[in-house]
Amino acid sequence: MAQRIDVKDLNIYYGDFLAVEGVSMTIDPKSVTAFIGPSGCGKSTFLRTLNRMHEVIPGARVDGSVELEGVDLYGDDVDPVAVRRTVGMVFQRPNPFPTMSIRDNVLAGVKLNNKRISKSDADDLVESSLRGANLWNEVKDRLEKPGSGLSGGQQQRLCIARAIAVKPQVVLMDEPCSALDPISTLAIEDLIQELKKDYTIVIVTHNMQQAARVSDRTAFFNIAGTGKPGKLIEMNDTATIFSSPAEKATEDYVSGRFG
Amino acid sequence: MSATTSITDDTGAVERTRALLTAADTGRKRTDRIMTVLIYGAFTLAVIPLVSLLWTVVVNGIERLDGEFLFTSMRGVFGGMDMGGAYHAAVGTLMITLTATVISVPIGLLVAIYLVEYGRGALARATTFFVDVMTGIPSIVAGLFAFALFSIFLGPGAKLGIIAAVALSVLMIPVVVRSCEEMLKLVPNELREASYALGVPKWLTVVRVVLRTSVAGITTGVLLSIARVIGETAPILITAGVSDSINFNPFDGRMMTLPVYIFSQYRQGPVPCREDAIDCLVNINFERAWAAALLLIIIVMLLNLIGRLVTRWFSPKLR
Repeated sequence: MAQRIDVKDLNIYYGDFLAVEGVSMTIDPKSVTAFIGPSGCGKSTFLRTLNRMHEVIPGARVDGSVELEGVDLYGDDVDPVAVRRTVGMVFQRPNPFPTMSIRDNVLAGVKLNNKRISKSDADDLVESSLRGANLWNEVKDRLEKPGSGLSGGQQQRLCIARAIAVKPQVVLMDEPCSALDPISTLAIEDLIQELKKDYTIVIVTHNMQQAARVSDRTAFFNIAGTGKPGKLIEMNDTATIFSSPAEKATEDYVSGRFG
Repeated sequence: MSATTSITDDTGAVERTRALLTAADTGRKRTDRIMTVLIYGAFTLAVIPLVSLLWTVVVNGIERLDGEFLFTSMRGVFGGMDMGGAYHAAVGTLMITLTATVISVPIGLLVAIYLVEYGRGALARATTFFVDVMTGIPSIVAGLFAFALFSIFLGPGAKLGIIAAVALSVLMIPVVVRSCEEMLKLVPNELREASYALGVPKWLTVVRVVLRTSVAGITTGVLLSIARVIGETAPILITAGVSDSINFNPFDGRMMTLPVYIFSQYRQGPVPCREDAIDCLVNINFERAWAAALLLIIIVMLLNLIGRLVTRWFSPKLR
């Protein structure tokens, strides 16, 4: 079941550098929320704070709070590893594990954690995850083949299957289609519509048509200049953002008059 | 001026374009020829001594490299007797190198993992620096270090296989660290992130993703480090001594190795045979030395072959 996220006054730092400043937002369960904005404005950085992936970079830290159903992800007793199991992530470039078969890639979340799983449970999980990612029919006859032999679009759907196989509540997608052709992009966008029935989806995209097509709510991030922190300018229903945004900067950006 | 009109209207355009595209840059062509000759010349120069060395070793060593040589020791062999072999030396080489590998690979690999995955700041920089320094240690110094270290515990003059293995480890560890470090750095960060995003803890990510992805390269690195030490003579001569008998136990008694065997055989020189001696070969010591050299090369080649197979077995496959 999907869960809601409440972000309150979040500042993100890399060392002493303030990268993103003062973000507050609510992300509804079972919806698709899109982040748009120019390059370097902190959308991806902010996305990664939602499952504490930004901590992988040395010196990165936050203040403020990110609450998943009221529980602060940055609380003292919260384990970042458990956070990442609950809030899954799909990356910009498809990154299946090159040493694993398609089947093992889907089971990676289970197998890498050294958890035991019976063969029949594993088969069920592989099938349901691949069906969930609209990939089952294309790969069911070659599950033991390496995942890196698939096309880019198939690899990305394999990565989505891998992410939903650990049964997260929320799925974060960091520009999941930017390395894909239009057909594969369409497949992923259809999949996002399917996934939102069960998960809370947050997607970063540079493609405004994509944001308009797939998302229910859109957040626009902007940056005043290089070296300045990125800020959340406006967040509203997608239709409102693209038709009658409250802020001038948002209107300039979505209408293409900006940078 | 549009492209289509210029081709149909202007007949001179074809010639001009052809001249433009076929214009011979004579200076560049000459440089190209000179560099080609130079590079092939350098390649030939580098290969000549290698081929000559292999040829000499094979020609001189093949005759004595038979079953008798492979499976007998030098126990009770003296003078110009047409018998004896390098079995004890091959055993010693394999045992000492194996022990050194067992000591060095875990230490070297863990240091490399620390440097790539965990190390930050002064400690990591100091580690890198001292690994570089260790790379330059002369092998005899490593031998003296191990000799002195064990003299503290076992009294002066102790000669054991394990001391030689420790000496070789001192030489091996920096090579293992360096090559493993390079291999771990080659693992794309995306794979680590993919693993973290699935809720896999860092240590499991290192073990199951990073090491698994780079195992082929690590194997190659370990084999290179073995090749680096398997031919060492001086440190083994002073730590494991010289022996004529078969000894499988590196913790008890002296051990012979192939390089030391080659050295000691060669040092004995030609045998002064009596005129009427039937069983006396003047050059027997030289023949044994060459055969042992050939055997050493064959062992290194076999190890490399095994490494290739491991690499092929574990490397990521596309289809």
